[in-house]
Amino acid sequence: MKKKTAKKRQPKTSRSDFFILRLYIAGQTPNSVAAITNLKKICEEKLHGKYRIEVVDLLEKPQLAKGDQIIAIPTLVRRLPPPVKKIIGNLSKTESVIVGLDLQPAR
Amino acid sequence: MPSAKAKSKAGRTSLAKTPTGIQGLDEITRGGLPKGRVTLVCGKAGCGKSLLAMEFLVHGAVEYGEPGVCIDFEETEEKLTANVASLGFDLHELSKHKKLLVDYVAIDRSQIAETGEYNLDGLFIRLAHAVKAIKAKRVVLDSVEALFSGIADSAILRSELRRLFRWLEDQKLTAIVTGEAGTQTLTRHGLEEYIADCVISLDHRVTEQISTRRLRIVKYRGTSHGTDEYPFLIGEEGISVVPITSLVLTHKALTDRISTGIATLDEMMEGKGFFRGSSVLVTGTSGTGKSSVAANFTSAACARGEQCLYFTFEESPSQILRNMRSVGLNLERWVKKGLLHFNAMRPTSTGLEGHLAVIHRLISQLRPSVVVVDPITNLVSVSGSYDIKSMLVRLVDFLKVEQITSMFTNLTFAGDPQERTAAAVSSLMDTWIVLRDSKPNGRPRRELYVLKSRGMAHSREARELIVSERGLELGLVLRDHPPATTVEGASVVAAAK
Repeated sequence: MKKKTAKKRQPKTSRSDFFILRLYIAGQTPNSVAAITNLKKICEEKLHGKYRIEVVDLLEKPQLAKGDQIIAIPTLVRRLPPPVKKIIGNLSKTESVIVGLDLQPAR
Repeated sequence: MPSAKAKSKAGRTSLAKTPTGIQGLDEITRGGLPKGRVTLVCGKAGCGKSLLAMEFLVHGAVEYGEPGVCIDFEETEEKLTANVASLGFDLHELSKHKKLLVDYVAIDRSQIAETGEYNLDGLFIRLAHAVKAIKAKRVVLDSVEALFSGIADSAILRSELRRLFRWLEDQKLTAIVTGEAGTQTLTRHGLEEYIADCVISLDHRVTEQISTRRLRIVKYRGTSHGTDEYPFLIGEEGISVVPITSLVLTHKALTDRISTGIATLDEMMEGKGFFRGSSVLVTGTSGTGKSSVAANFTSAACARGEQCLYFTFEESPSQILRNMRSVGLNLERWVKKGLLHFNAMRPTSTGLEGHLAVIHRLISQLRPSVVVVDPITNLVSVSGSYDIKSMLVRLVDFLKVEQITSMFTNLTFAGDPQERTAAAVSSLMDTWIVLRDSKPNGRPRRELYVLKSRGMAHSREARELIVSERGLELGLVLRDHPPATTVEGASVVAAAK
């Protein structure tokens, strides 16, 4: 029987490095725009390219609010790596963002 | 000529109202909740707020063609489904037919990290989306105070709640918001400050082991409302509130007469019997035949094809049927024909208000022309903080407005000259029949006399009451019976003997 080669898998360390973050906004309000800007900055500084940001505008897709139980806007959800974490606000308090999402990439 | 709209002296029209469909509540509020406004319903846990709110939505959807949205903040899908089921409906079915939509909003118990400015647009969007999906006209937020445990910034939350209530009004939605009762304030977080138009408070008390539920309209702008507490009951069909009937004594006095069911007793009452719509009290010591008198009266009414409602607080219906068979009265045939309806309850099963609410509900459902309450004695034992007289005032008042002839039996104790509870109650009664045991010359006999009967020249004689398998008969006039003038007179003369 052929063993699965290690080459075909992502090495564990880099998988847990990759962040998928989903930002929920409601239209291009000042808070939402600020959140997007702040988020990009923080990710660049801390995650060195190993991230993907998804922006969900609930004004266009209101039905998506239910899934992640969104009440406050903006809300940022860390979808990967697990565990799922959620924070609210326009992300101007950088330290809170880092701690809240636990953005230290795993070694 | 009176104008079509109700105008106050200042010329303002009164607030438009949305009927709730909840029995009694629409009467108390004279039409329902303020249309297109937010009503606050507050109370402690378990007092019925969620049920009231759901009932408002269900009736709205099913009876008034107004679909409704419920935003549930307490993660209680089972409870909501059960509440709706208790009203006789299936939540899933209603959702499928776009009559009712529930959105469960989960509040994270551990407060979420706040990283800067935010607002609650997410909630607004979810609500708007749900309202649009079924074209809802009614909204329930249950219970909005749960947000306070999930959102750390109370200033933002309060400002957003104000904005939310304004949004609901802008959208012309009639909404109910539920709030948990607070110790110093009406609601724990003071929501009542943001609700201008209508606030209803529910209360659930346990006094001396009897639980009673009460509803109070704390505020209803633009409407004159009673400020009293109204008792209510949560029963098989949801909530029923007992409204205070006619604060003014305006019931019409009927002139029809109906038979007492005992031929000679009719004779003692101008040959015609009771006035229709009057209230009759039958008192006597144990075993003197009160229930038999009540049963005869009932049977005569059924024989005329009239609907009768018999509330029994002591004996079970089958006991009554059996006992009456032994005095020649076949009540079963009326039960079979649906003309006689028994309702048996233990006096201690609920508070007086609970009994009143049950009686109200059954009378509204069955529309009887005769009601018997046998006996009222035991209800005294559950009076607790609610006076039996007040309850009877309400009940007799209600019965007279409905033009129902009523008969109440009451047990008195030997040696106790009919006073005490009977006297407390007798002023409400138009006719008072007294039954007595006596043993003149050692031979025991039963006696009956009409102590009073308003509006007629009734006989003041006492007669012997003969009970046999042939039924009840009144025998000879008793010459040796003291004249039945006043209660005091009767007892004084009896004592003198």
